[in-house]
Amino acid sequence: MGGGGHGLATAYYLAKNHGISNVAILEKGWIGGGNTGRNTTAVRSNYFYPESVALYEFSLQLYERLSKELNYNIMLSQRGGLNVAHSEMDMEIAARLVNAMQINGIDAELFDRRQVLKVVPLLNTGPNARYPVFGGVWQGRAGICRHDAVAWGYARAASHLGVDIIQNCEVLDFIIEGGACRGVSTSRGEIRSDRVAMAVAGHSSMLSAKAGFSLPIQSYSLQAMVSEPVKPVLDTALLSIGTGTYANQSDKGEIVFGGGLDRIPSYAQRGNPPAHDHTISGLIEMFPAFGQLKILRQWAGIVDVTPDSSPIIGPSPIPGLYLDCGWGTGGFKAIPAGGWLLAHLMATGSHHEISKPFDLDRFTTGRLIDEAAGSGIAH
Amino acid sequence: MHLICCPFCGNRDETEFRFAVEAGKRRGSVSSSPDEWAKYLYFQNNVKGDTREVWMHLTCGELFILSRNSVTHSIHGSEPVRKAAEA
Ligand SMILES: Cc1cc2nc3c(=O)[nH]c(=O)nc-3n(C[C@H](O)[C@H](O)[C@H](O)COP(=O)(O)OP(=O)(O)OC[C@H]3O[C@@H](n4cnc5c(N)ncnc54)[C@H](O)[C@@H]3O)c2cc1C
Ligand SMILES: [Zn+2]
Repeated sequence: MGGGGHGLATAYYLAKNHGISNVAILEKGWIGGGNTGRNTTAVRSNYFYPESVALYEFSLQLYERLSKELNYNIMLSQRGGLNVAHSEMDMEIAARLVNAMQINGIDAELFDRRQVLKVVPLLNTGPNARYPVFGGVWQGRAGICRHDAVAWGYARAASHLGVDIIQNCEVLDFIIEGGACRGVSTSRGEIRSDRVAMAVAGHSSMLSAKAGFSLPIQSYSLQAMVSEPVKPVLDTALLSIGTGTYANQSDKGEIVFGGGLDRIPSYAQRGNPPAHDHTISGLIEMFPAFGQLKILRQWAGIVDVTPDSSPIIGPSPIPGLYLDCGWGTGGFKAIPAGGWLLAHLMATGSHHEISKPFDLDRFTTGRLIDEAAGSGIAH
Repeated sequence: MHLICCPFCGNRDETEFRFAVEAGKRRGSVSSSPDEWAKYLYFQNNVKGDTREVWMHLTCGELFILSRNSVTHSIHGSEPVRKAAEA
């Protein structure tokens, strides 16, 4: 269920890695029309906890060879990712992060002010800068890639391997027999299967309610915007620890930018003005020159936020029904890994060692993987 | 501007408010199981549509129950937490 990146990648790896091609993707709208087609495409693996690094680094490595594997150019551009620090305190946090990342084997570096301004010369260095540049956290292998290409590349490859992709097909309910999931009823009829998985992002709670259980998820709007296209001015994926705004420049020349979640739990796929204004003021503060740019488009996706900002991969309380959700503001970079691990779980019936810590049971055992507190960075 | 109604202060801008938790949760006791604690602490119904939630008006510091729609963001009413608990 769900024709986003995670659903499509799962179908592909079920067929490719496990020889299971009798797979249907059920998508209520069109493939890639959810968060996968709405995100700002930052890919990186510089997380804080070893469990997260194992997951996101695995994903980045799969991304690094994906264009070739799918024979579809996903336009992966490992231009480097930079989190800018704006005070002595930010620098201490940055150093702690870099240390943790290096211990986890990630190519993280602590940049000083000079190094930051060398890669992003447009940053505000004026005497009145509210957020002066002190330094930052650099990951050279981070970057961006083309979101639609990831969805379409996986879809085409899965389809070639025999997967059925059924669009305009909304899952309405589950067929539960003897306490186990035996299929789904959809807007286009019943489909029976002993192995069903949901990868429906912000709508996870609605489906789980139909199956009779709740999830540790709250849905929020997350907004992003693009400016009119301009000549190349920014060749890194940049995030400001101080303003919370992040930005990169697309191949077309548009500045793609976003910030934190809306304040209000929401299923409205549009976003409210306060978060929008906050994000724009952050961008202008960091890059006074961008004040001249016109905004072409603004949009939002409904993201599935967990208490520890880490995803949920694993069996659900109903046998035969599997979960891949809770990716929140940062699951685009994890599409290859999410698909690989969910396919492993569905095909073998047991966790891959990388997905094990992300089981739903961590909320009962208390073994949370609190990236919100650990790395303090979203997306 | 999105206005939210504090039962004590009236209509105010959304930036003065903070969502706390969905309404109706009951805190467990020392004898509650880990499952019950997990439900209380982390699990949400996360309803799409009409909801009842606990919010805080940061300006006056009061918690209250807000009835609203999570798709349209229309506000249907608010009441002090104590009143809701007594009912
Ligand atoms: C503005 C924004 C910026 C972001 N930036 C980044 C970023 O820079 N880097 C990053 O790594 N992540 C980012 N993310 C997060 C990332 O987009 C998501 O975590 C990821 O795309 C989730 O993929 P998915 O396949 O799980 O969900 P989706 O792509 O949302 O797919 C879920 C699909 O399920 C379908 N569906 C829902 N209900 C049903 C139903 N009942 N029946 C059938 N189908 C259903 C939906 O229509 C949808 O197509 C961002 C998100 C947003 C909104
Ligand atoms: Zn008040």
